[in-house]
Amino acid sequence: MLDLAIDVRRGAFHLQVDCRFASEWTVIFGPSGAGKSTLLRLLAGLDTPSRKGPNRARVAFDDQLLTDSPLGLTLKPGPRKWERKTSFVTQQSALFPHLTVAANVAYGLPWLGGDADREQAVEAALELVGASSLIARRPGDLSGGEAQRVALARALAPLPRLLLLDEPFSALDGAASDALIARLQIWLKEHSVQTILATHDATDALATAAEVVQLREGRLVAQGPAIEVLAAERERLTLRLKPL
Amino acid sequence: MDWQALALTLKLATITTAILLAGAVPLAALIVLGRGRWLAAVEALAALPLVLPPTVLGFFLLVLLGPRTALGRGITSLLGHPLAFSFSGLVVGSVIYSVPFAVQPLVAGFAAVEPALVDAARLLGASPVRLVSTLLVPLARRSLLVAAVLSFLHTMGEFGVVLMLGGDIPGATRSLSIVLYNQVENFDYAAANRTAAILLGLSVVALAFIYLGGSPRAGRRA
Repeated sequence: MLDLAIDVRRGAFHLQVDCRFASEWTVIFGPSGAGKSTLLRLLAGLDTPSRKGPNRARVAFDDQLLTDSPLGLTLKPGPRKWERKTSFVTQQSALFPHLTVAANVAYGLPWLGGDADREQAVEAALELVGASSLIARRPGDLSGGEAQRVALARALAPLPRLLLLDEPFSALDGAASDALIARLQIWLKEHSVQTILATHDATDALATAAEVVQLREGRLVAQGPAIEVLAAERERLTLRLKPL
Repeated sequence: MDWQALALTLKLATITTAILLAGAVPLAALIVLGRGRWLAAVEALAALPLVLPPTVLGFFLLVLLGPRTALGRGITSLLGHPLAFSFSGLVVGSVIYSVPFAVQPLVAGFAAVEPALVDAARLLGASPVRLVSTLLVPLARRSLLVAAVLSFLHTMGEFGVVLMLGGDIPGATRSLSIVLYNQVENFDYAAANRTAAILLGLSVVALAFIYLGGSPRAGRRA
């Protein structure tokens, strides 16, 4: 369960969100510029308001404080026990270009016992996302969709407790994306990983039947089951599919 | 040809470059990755030798490392001799004088690494040391090469700081640029031509190494 109270200004943009994400899979839905990425960066610990100043952020996960800017507290990003244990996958896969796929996925695992354990974790993560055949390749030789699969494997390998996804399937075609999401949801449930997916695509939000949080211009405008929050979007999509 | 001066100059440039790279990598990483207004002051301080006349820097160092200051007296009692007019003093002066030539290419190279890659490494728990050694340095290796070559060449041709801080002691502080100055002062233009040709040749070879050896395309692909 994730509790957040955020009041942050970035230039002219003002993000003000005070809510609880209780569902295992939450979709943050909103148009570009609604504040989805800013919110995810705050949750990931990549953006932390300073202790002094007008900006405030408080994030608690299962009663553990991840960020409390008025107290000057921020749990450092990272996969170890005493760290944030939060993974974040963005649309831009951000693979390290000088490392192989295997080394990219293993990057977050230096704390894992021996080489054999690391190799096993890397292979398992790549298999989960359907990228086992890419293990020896370099990021420069991957397609956009392959790179996104590898980025997802790299995020999952350290077994995070919170997974943040910022339109990470944009380069995959519809069927591949649906199959990957379905496989991912089973794995995340098995490993008790709470997931937050940010998207501007209503089909992504509707496909997962998740709890949806709708953001607009930095404000939370609706929260609830996808079928309720996105009723208007669903109707719009259905009308588009109707033959003329 | 003054082979002793050539050997001393090469030794000075090698030691200075090694010290500079060891210090400039963490300093450049701090400037690029750090937060806080004080970093602008650090960056400005690192650029100061670019605009400071070498004789002014040499004079300040001469006073600072001499017997008039507590630091100078402390170093003298520690080493058994003053740093001024010694090879060690020359190394200190050369390092300070060439700081911008090592730091600035590295700052530019590190800053060119995509922020998304730095974020990804931080999310995967990379410590600052690991972030620099496994991500910034490999991706900015061309900048590292430029920093090394510029530091080496700048030290090779240094004159003002060397003269002020080291004087002209054969085998201890007499570098090639001092030899060249002496040769011109003695109207020995033939010898001066040979000395100048060596400095020019080394510079051309080193720059060819940067522009031909480490091609920009290879750097960008990294």
